[in-house]
Amino acid sequence: MKRFITHGTRCLTLALICSALLAGAAAAGELDAFAGKKGKIDIAGGTAHIPVMKDAAKRIMQANPEIRISVAAGGSGVGVQKVGEGLVDIGNTGRPLSDDEVAKYGLKSFAFALDGVAVAVSPKNSVANLTAEQVQQIFAGKISNWKGVGGRDAAIHLYTRDEASGTREVFWEKLLKKGAIVETANVVASNGAMKSAVADDSDAIGYVSIGHLDETIKAPTLDGVAPTQENARSGKYPIVRKLYMNTKGTPQGLCAAFINYIMGPEGIRMTAAAGYLPLH
Amino acid sequence: MAARLLYCAAAVSALAVLAILAFLVYFSLPLFQGDQLAALFSWHWRPLQNEFGILPMIAASLALAVSSMLVAYPLALGVCCFAHGLGPDWAARPLLVAVRLMSSVPTVVYGLVAAFSLVPLIRGASSGSGLCWLAALLTLAVLALPTIVLLLDNQFQRLESEIRLTAAALGLTRVQEMLQLTLPLSSRGLVMAAILGFGRALGDTLVPLMLAGNAPQPPLSLLDPMRTLTAHIALVVATDSQSAAYNSLFACGLILFLLTVLVNLGLRRIRTGATAHG
Repeated sequence: MKRFITHGTRCLTLALICSALLAGAAAAGELDAFAGKKGKIDIAGGTAHIPVMKDAAKRIMQANPEIRISVAAGGSGVGVQKVGEGLVDIGNTGRPLSDDEVAKYGLKSFAFALDGVAVAVSPKNSVANLTAEQVQQIFAGKISNWKGVGGRDAAIHLYTRDEASGTREVFWEKLLKKGAIVETANVVASNGAMKSAVADDSDAIGYVSIGHLDETIKAPTLDGVAPTQENARSGKYPIVRKLYMNTKGTPQGLCAAFINYIMGPEGIRMTAAAGYLPLH
Repeated sequence: MAARLLYCAAAVSALAVLAILAFLVYFSLPLFQGDQLAALFSWHWRPLQNEFGILPMIAASLALAVSSMLVAYPLALGVCCFAHGLGPDWAARPLLVAVRLMSSVPTVVYGLVAAFSLVPLIRGASSGSGLCWLAALLTLAVLALPTIVLLLDNQFQRLESEIRLTAAALGLTRVQEMLQLTLPLSSRGLVMAAILGFGRALGDTLVPLMLAGNAPQPPLSLLDPMRTLTAHIALVVATDSQSAAYNSLFACGLILFLLTVLVNLGLRRIRTGATAHG
């Protein structure tokens, strides 16, 4: 018996060592690009990117302490401006760059992930499905009572995002078909603020990044399609946007290595772990 | 040496203010030319249709600052009169300590507490979402109150040390002293406190951003959402930095700056005016 345990333990240890070595080899393979390099990478901009960026930064810095990577927030607009002015190496955006931005700064974009945007209501709301047309009419102010879409008799409280929001842009373009959003709608400043506003207000309707959906808010199906990552991946759910990394000109050295790492198998795993759909 | 350092410090501060003004004017100058100006001074903020009207935000800023002062100022005056003679002595000190404590609470805490208590209350009592002028007004009033109280308290204390003996010799009660002497004599302090409180209410960003709903529409009802200039800048600053929407922010900044300057000039005028009379 004792012998068996010892034997078993030895086998287990061996297996563990083997798998650790294998994993190490795999990780080292991708992190090899950073071996022997030193220097720093500064990253700023879009807030949706941060979990992925931080995860990557941590792994790279652990493998090579000679490299320093800083990750700052600020939003898509800040990301463009900082990378354009040369203040950071990578500026992240949750929207494609405008032609003016590309022309002024000579920026190059690298899309690495897909994120969906879903209509959100309170869990107390009985409405379980909305058509795209109903959503358009609600945000245009033409339907102003939940009764109009099969809910209870109560005024609809509209919540939207500011014009700088990448989430708003994709929602407006792909779901509202560039239709109007009434000026009386409440405006909140982030996905997080939208979530708490809609969670607290039983007559609210708003929209959030799919990554932000949880039990505090409810996402009605859109034309019968549930806004899930699977449906976004298969193309059944069409309200999606890309997340971009942007550099000034073609990336060189460390910066190029970092972007390749994010686009590589490890980066894909980290992107998926953060709740987004990797593009590659 | 010390004097030179002080001169340097003074010069740097003065230059900083001038530089801010110069930058704001420089960046907003293109907006004040030709048809851009008409776009700026319209009632519609629809950047996607090239309408960059900031009139609703200017109106909201002024309406919110004035209305919150209408609530905060009488309350603050009452607190000060209570603490300086109209109320019992034993209550005066704890009251002022409490107000001082209020002034050290960060703005975001007021905003957060109001978002989870006041907003649902207003939502329950009306058909709106609760994020509205009224919610921001009441919270801003609480925020500006300590500033006004502390200024008035200072003023009253200074005056009382001067007139206490005279008042006592005349046989005035503390209530009479407050109503007949302290209040009339501190007219300039009363105005200064009002103006500084107004500046505090006008300049606050977080409370309107969190509580007022930020809908860019003229402030017509206490229960409708509104967007102040400060909240507007905070919301739009993350936008495409080459866009006209972004550029219009400099005009917002300039207008806020000028309003603050006007408030300060008003303050200065009242101070010198009072000295001339005194």
